[in-house]
Amino acid sequence: MKILERAIENSGAKNFTFAQPPNELILESGEKLGPITLAYETYGNLDKENTNAVLIPHALSGDAHVARRILSEETPGWWDDMVGPGKGIDTNKYFVICSNVLGGCKGSTGPSSMNPKTGKPYGLDFPIITIGDMVNAQRHLIDYLGIEKLLAVVGGSMGGMQVLQWMVAYPDRIRAAVPIATAMKHTPQQIAFNAVGRQAIMADPDWKKGSYYGSSVPSKGLAVARMIGHITYMSDASMAEKFGRRTKTEKDPFKFGADFEVEGYLNYRGDSFVKRFDANSYLYVTKAIDCFNILNGHSLDCVFKGLEAKVLVLAFKSDWLYPSNQSQEIVKACKRAGVDTSYCELSSTYGHDAFLLEIEEQTKLISHFLRNVSNSNTNGVFQT
Amino acid sequence: MTAIDHEVISGWVNSGASVLDLGCGHGELLSLLIREKQVRAQGIEQDEQAIHDCVAAGLSVFQEDIDTGLSEYGDGSFDFVILNQTFQQVKKPDFVLKEALRVGKNVIVGFPNFVHLYARFQIFLRGKVPVTRTLPYEWYNTPNLHFLALADFMEYCKKRKIQMEKRTFLAKNRKISFFPNLFAENGLFLVKQPSKTLVPKLHETNHLP
Repeated sequence: MKILERAIENSGAKNFTFAQPPNELILESGEKLGPITLAYETYGNLDKENTNAVLIPHALSGDAHVARRILSEETPGWWDDMVGPGKGIDTNKYFVICSNVLGGCKGSTGPSSMNPKTGKPYGLDFPIITIGDMVNAQRHLIDYLGIEKLLAVVGGSMGGMQVLQWMVAYPDRIRAAVPIATAMKHTPQQIAFNAVGRQAIMADPDWKKGSYYGSSVPSKGLAVARMIGHITYMSDASMAEKFGRRTKTEKDPFKFGADFEVEGYLNYRGDSFVKRFDANSYLYVTKAIDCFNILNGHSLDCVFKGLEAKVLVLAFKSDWLYPSNQSQEIVKACKRAGVDTSYCELSSTYGHDAFLLEIEEQTKLISHFLRNVSNSNTNGVFQT
Repeated sequence: MTAIDHEVISGWVNSGASVLDLGCGHGELLSLLIREKQVRAQGIEQDEQAIHDCVAAGLSVFQEDIDTGLSEYGDGSFDFVILNQTFQQVKKPDFVLKEALRVGKNVIVGFPNFVHLYARFQIFLRGKVPVTRTLPYEWYNTPNLHFLALADFMEYCKKRKIQMEKRTFLAKNRKISFFPNLFAENGLFLVKQPSKTLVPKLHETNHLP
């Protein structure tokens, strides 16, 4: 109970360390990793029966800071329009948890963390991690917080993959799942975009096979990787609307400078990303995304068999990176398993980014869905 | 007040049954069935706004095309499949009904009678395509793709050996039985796949000892 009270009173950034040697976490690859620290934030309060916890796994470049904190002036969280008091995921009603993924670089253990065996950053000595490993680590955090069953897991893109992983790995620990703009596995096209990003990083002479810590970082490579990412997150229409073919007012004397506004935007996005993200984490996390395959060893018929959680699958019309047919595959699998599921393809011109931007309709759907799950019978399954 | 067709359907559905409503709209019928018959409900609907209303009402609904949406379901997955006021709007009613009969142990079909007396008047006397209470659309904006009479459907079921368990004919807010094909505005039918035991199993008879 002490642990719980601690979790409730200290909303904000926290760390949770587990898997201390010799009890390391056994990764899906069979390798052992420990100790592991997860940086996480919580918002709102756990109710008495611990039934109102909502876990929000983040996407590729996200972190634990999903929403604004009350007492600081820092930048708003990455899903601040969705998460907060009175918002779609209402922190007046729900206890929201968001943790930085295993392999990340925003406070959780990843390739830039200290390797206890060498006293230096892991670099490429960091083991390959999977979406399954990320979710296993989250489960340790949920255990630590004293939550037997989550009200819901809600996430988009790579966050959506983690939602699917929860549905398969820990079906008894969730009452609802909301996978958004995601896929059961990457297509060759999706892998290809990530592969080019990784190639850009590894082609940067500053990368030095991953051991660049303490010297100059592979900023050019990481920036190019991020630029490619940004192109895939937008749609043709949203780019046309945002930039058109407009050129910048002051001409760059260099022949191949950023003349078009879209070029300037990509440069800016690339540069600002380098300041906040680790290149090796980019390699590890994109690899985890590419290798993810929820059907691994399962047929579409049985992947979600026996799942009692309610599911809401969302996709966006203009999302060409995670097109709606991939969400429909998830729906198909849910149907075949007889899972209680809803599916909606939202109109939007924002492309893959829509799940972070197209807030209003998505907010309504998610808030209504959570409210109905929250109000439905809990079947007395909660024991503390 | 509940629409009379919904009342009739609710009377036909068993308590606790599993129900798939094809073209569930804003979820009025499914909500009624949950309230009155504690059914396990699933809807399929195309319209995004309607989906939002369904989710708000706590219903499970897929945004899908009825013409293709049933292929993932196994035979007899639902106790009841409902095609109320959507049967005449699908592209391939023949195929959709066949699929509904496969997926549902019972199928409830409801559609407006296109040869109702008033519709006949309009065609015969005014020489124009009818616009009536149950056929409120103009020719240029109607979602109705198929125009059938109650008699057409009954003949069709007979031809396809589809079992007709129940039927109710409606005019305004009441049930009628007098010359329904002329006086009923709507028809509701509870149909089933032809019973399999009636079909002779040829390979068995060929291999008698």
